[in-house]
Amino acid sequence: MTAPRWAIELERVSGGYGGEAVVRDVSLRVPAGRFVGLVGPSGAGKTSLLRAMLGALPRVEGVVRVGGRAVTPGAPPAGVAYVPQVDGVDWTFPVTVADVVQMGRVGRSGPWPWPSREDRRQTAATLERLGIGELGGRHIRELSGGQQQRVFLARALVARPAVLLLDEPTASVDPKTREDVLRLLLGLNREGVTIVMTTHELNAVAAHLPWVVCVNGGLVAEGPPLELFTGPTLSRTFGAPLRVVRDPETGGVLVAEVGSGPPLGNGRRGRVPAMLGPVGGSLS
Amino acid sequence: MTWLTEPFAYEFFRHGLVAAGLTGGLCGLLGVAIVLRRMSYIGHGLSHSVFGGAVVSYLLQWNFYLGAGLWGFLSALLINAAARRRAIGADAAIGIVTTASFALGVALISKTRSFTRNFEAALFGNILGVDQRDLLVIGAVAAIVAAAAFFSYKPLLFATFDPELAAIYGVPTRWVETGFALALAATIVASMNVVGVTLIAAAIVIPPSTARLLTDSFGRMLILSTAIGAGCGVVGIHLSYAFDVASGAAIVLLAAALFAVVYLGTEVRGQLRGRRRPSVAAPRPAAAPGSLVFPAPEVEGQRFD
Repeated sequence: MTAPRWAIELERVSGGYGGEAVVRDVSLRVPAGRFVGLVGPSGAGKTSLLRAMLGALPRVEGVVRVGGRAVTPGAPPAGVAYVPQVDGVDWTFPVTVADVVQMGRVGRSGPWPWPSREDRRQTAATLERLGIGELGGRHIRELSGGQQQRVFLARALVARPAVLLLDEPTASVDPKTREDVLRLLLGLNREGVTIVMTTHELNAVAAHLPWVVCVNGGLVAEGPPLELFTGPTLSRTFGAPLRVVRDPETGGVLVAEVGSGPPLGNGRRGRVPAMLGPVGGSLS
Repeated sequence: MTWLTEPFAYEFFRHGLVAAGLTGGLCGLLGVAIVLRRMSYIGHGLSHSVFGGAVVSYLLQWNFYLGAGLWGFLSALLINAAARRRAIGADAAIGIVTTASFALGVALISKTRSFTRNFEAALFGNILGVDQRDLLVIGAVAAIVAAAAFFSYKPLLFATFDPELAAIYGVPTRWVETGFALALAATIVASMNVVGVTLIAAAIVIPPSTARLLTDSFGRMLILSTAIGAGCGVVGIHLSYAFDVASGAAIVLLAAALFAVVYLGTEVRGQLRGRRRPSVAAPRPAAAPGSLVFPAPEVEGQRFD
């Protein structure tokens, strides 16, 4: 069977959780094998869009297709793995790293309560490839933030997904860990995994991702970040004045807050970068 | 040693011992998911709700197990449904449904005032009341619940850890919840005569809480909690006979004492370990660029199939 050209298709999708629609009239196509950054302000509907792709948004109008097949609410599509925000994780829950990763194989594992040989093999291989092979027996709260993020990424990857959806995988981590996570994701993307990732890290998106989608309820714009990241587009997306500084040597960009009110702190309005991150170039 | 063997001469004691061991283990097994989902109050609430169902069953001359069990099951489903609404937390949902059910039972008792049945046994536990039929019911419930926990271990673990994500990964969480509600209602009904309505909550909460202090593994917690619950049931019945106190009270007091001992023991152990090693895994050098590329899977994975 030929792989579908579009990994994800949204046609005039609106939806939310029962009250007012969080996502409004979004049409979007993600080609198979693309790495897409989904950016927008808090409450813009980024997570809701991911949930619509997963069939986990309670109210959806329009058409959602993943891998060429229509997604209906309550029926998760095949071949898709999801890494949610780690904020809601109960770190005191009695599970080891291996337990968490094996959850990703819940639909393929046998009926016995213990992991199969294949479960153990896939788990060990995935953890090893993510650089945390020796942590399988550790409790999840004993890990650092970056290691915890890798564990949840491993749970998604152990299912061998064709599409990987990640909700702010680089939130609340230091720049080094963020770069490590992005490096991992870029490696996966090179193998053909389609990735859609929500993030607030505009500079990291500009530096490393080939495609970005700006949302704020509806779709604002999409394209390569170096073309798309302009002051007017980002200001329209975030509803706040933003300035884009271009590096003449590398062609990279740095997004900075301009500020619309009275100066805060040292009063050097427009000089403080909103988010620190690598400028230009790409991880290889 | 005669005090240990002497009570076995009595049939009621042998029945009570088996019933206490099985119900203790059952409560311990189901309590794990309840404690981990921070719904400890559900045992307390649902047992009161079942009491309301027991009164209604008596008045309508239904089979006690059927009527009270169905009542408890419907109450648990109502709690789950109410707790799904974001505006209502699980604790409030439990409070609303179960107290309303209990109040209905109280209202019916006060209205008719013609009971001959001893509801004191249901409230505080009376091991003398356990007969052959009770043992059969308890045994059947224990076997079914244990088998269900065994074969649905993986979905249960995922649904307990993160129900929302489990549903996204294809776990039928609604069925897991419904099955769990049914098992809990059946366990509470089966345990009423042994532990009593007022003490079931403790039998459900204390063994898993003790087990949690002893292990960081969900699987081991299930086994330990079941063993602690069953052990406290068996030893508690002996203590109940030896000191002539209510069976439910003896079982719960023993479980609470064991919890206190384990709590203190693990506290001391934690203090000693804390001095020796840090709690966070030592960082490992970052992988070299390119080393994280996945080779082709040996087993063909799922790709839109």
